[in-house]
Amino acid sequence: MRAGLLGIEELSRANIDAILARSRDFQPPPNQPFGRFDFLRGRTIVNLFFEASTRTRTSFEIAAKRLGADVLSITASGSSVSKGESLVDTLNTLGAMRPDLIVMRHSASGAPHFLSRYLPFPIVNAGDGTHEHPTQALLDARTILDRRSSLENLHIAIIGDIDHSRVARSNIHLLSKFGARIVLCGPASLLPEELKQIAPGVELTTDMREAIRGVDVIMMLRVQLERQHETPIPANEYFQFYGLRPEHVSLAAPDVIVMHPGPINRGREISSEVADSQRSAILNQVENGIAVRMAVLERILAS
Amino acid sequence: MSSRLVVKNGRVVDPARQIDAILDVAIVDGVISEVAASIDSGSASVFDATGLVVAPGFIDMHVHLREPGFEHAETIETGSRSAAAGGFTAVCCMPNTQPVNDNATVTSYIIARARRHAVVNVYPIGAITKDSAGEALAEISSMKEAGIVAISDDGRPVMNARLVRRAMEFAKSLRLPLIEHCEDLHLSAGGDMHEGVESTRLGLRGIPRAAEDVMVARDILLAEVTGAHYHVAHISSKNAVDMVAFAKSRGLPVTAEATPHHFVLADRDMLPYDSNFKMKPPLREPRDVDAVMQGLASGVIDAIATDHAPHPGSEKMQEFERCPFGIIGLETAIALSLDRLFHTGKAGLSQFVAWFTVNPARILSLPGGTLAPGSPADLTLFSLDAEWVYDVNKSPSKSRNTPFDGRHFKGGPAATIVAGNLIWRAGEFL
Repeated sequence: MRAGLLGIEELSRANIDAILARSRDFQPPPNQPFGRFDFLRGRTIVNLFFEASTRTRTSFEIAAKRLGADVLSITASGSSVSKGESLVDTLNTLGAMRPDLIVMRHSASGAPHFLSRYLPFPIVNAGDGTHEHPTQALLDARTILDRRSSLENLHIAIIGDIDHSRVARSNIHLLSKFGARIVLCGPASLLPEELKQIAPGVELTTDMREAIRGVDVIMMLRVQLERQHETPIPANEYFQFYGLRPEHVSLAAPDVIVMHPGPINRGREISSEVADSQRSAILNQVENGIAVRMAVLERILAS
Repeated sequence: MSSRLVVKNGRVVDPARQIDAILDVAIVDGVISEVAASIDSGSASVFDATGLVVAPGFIDMHVHLREPGFEHAETIETGSRSAAAGGFTAVCCMPNTQPVNDNATVTSYIIARARRHAVVNVYPIGAITKDSAGEALAEISSMKEAGIVAISDDGRPVMNARLVRRAMEFAKSLRLPLIEHCEDLHLSAGGDMHEGVESTRLGLRGIPRAAEDVMVARDILLAEVTGAHYHVAHISSKNAVDMVAFAKSRGLPVTAEATPHHFVLADRDMLPYDSNFKMKPPLREPRDVDAVMQGLASGVIDAIATDHAPHPGSEKMQEFERCPFGIIGLETAIALSLDRLFHTGKAGLSQFVAWFTVNPARILSLPGGTLAPGSPADLTLFSLDAEWVYDVNKSPSKSRNTPFDGRHFKGGPAATIVAGNLIWRAGEFL
């Protein structure tokens, strides 16, 4: 992983296992603070966020600090990006300052992949367009493993705007590598048939009840209908057909895990009753985000 | 004193006259005077073409020379030199310049600049609509008088079917083909690559095949209504090839061209997020690639054209979704076509040469396309077996946007003769 972490698709199962195992060491015991380490003392990590994201940026920042690294966070607004500098020039300028690693979020799919061909330092993809969000899938896997012994043969539903979701793509690749049965569900206009072919074990349905029946895990996706170029489904119909409510949860396995990458839209894709229920692992996901990102940063920089 | 050149001992391939034999070609004052065995060269200059194919000058009926307006990307001079280095003796330049070639003044400007600076023949294609905005017809008749050889709003297809119908009526009366870049702009909006498994995997917005197909279907129906000669630019989808075959079977005056990249590369061959693989129509799926090759082999597709589309590095070195569409192609066209169509046995040499010569010449009513005595002495000499590696940094083009840099080839351009003058030979301009 010397080149960084661009996506789950090209990540080996051995690397995934190692990151998930190591992240356990970084999970704090219940009701205790995160431990502090100095594995990355003297290293400089730059968080470069071309797209606003408070939670992911903060999570990476805390992860780096808990490992003893120096962290600098830059957001696109107010930087040279808004002055018309090209992406390559921005990164070259940063590169001249010799960071050890760049964490990057960008609204264009493939932006970190494109850059990694020209830049000599590792890049961690913190979300690229509608492509991948690898650390989200890793923290989701960590969260599932906290409640299940293995990822093998799990039955998982991912529900929402699959077509535009980088979270969905990364999770599909990760879960598929472990042989999970993955049911993707959403309105037809957000559920292209081709999704079945991007990884083994993927099924599609537009019927939410069918998708949820008997599953071990429900992953809801954030829906941002207002940000799309066209209206794939009338917004007021969305919650009626694809919002997660208690009556849906009862169709799943009794110990189903309900997940959401956040920030959640209460009353849009998930009801408050479900989001705040015992079945919800949403806050564990946030906590695990830090532990998993610590494991990722350490694995790249310690190698 | 007359200038005389004899091209000796080459394998002369002239599909217009069904010639394929070791012959000599004699040229006097820029015109072919004789094609025969063992011509006595006397005091004439001699070009020894032993081991080479000697063909009528290759014509690329679809290029972008970027002048006027985008001279940082290409000029008539640099584009024409790239053509010569690729074995082409004539190119037809699309009207999407700045200003758009939508009136006789711009047409005359391009012709005048070409006369002065181009090393190959340059034939302008005029716009269909004013400013290629798709709203009002351009000054087609006066552009025809100024020298355009076809009309097209290439890159900005005419979405209004009624306007296409009117343009076809004009085109027919003026004996000009109407060339369409087939893309329904509503279906393709926002797309960056072919819509399929690859675009879904990469998280890039797709351009569906149907965006091309619906416009090909519409235009074929309008060609039937008007009787105009309709030509499909850079055909890339299997359905579109099938529809052109259908139109031809009904005797409609419909023709088509294909680019080398559309029969060499599929979407899954793309280096992820590398803009040197970004063009319109996008690289499609293997079954489309096969359909394009079959279409050429069966004669449904008439010509090979490059859609040479220079963009400087500053525009192509960006996030994929921000990069402009298009790649350069003049210098790799012969080699790529040999590789996929000739060396594989899909086509014989005569058919291969016809795609670049007599067929485009007939579509556009251009001089040349044959070595018949009295024709302009434009000749393309190429090798079938010389091994070489394409180095885009040696290209005379101003731009470097190609997915084929560093590719190994067997066979390619060897010499380019325009109006009896040897202008390029084995990598060197003379």
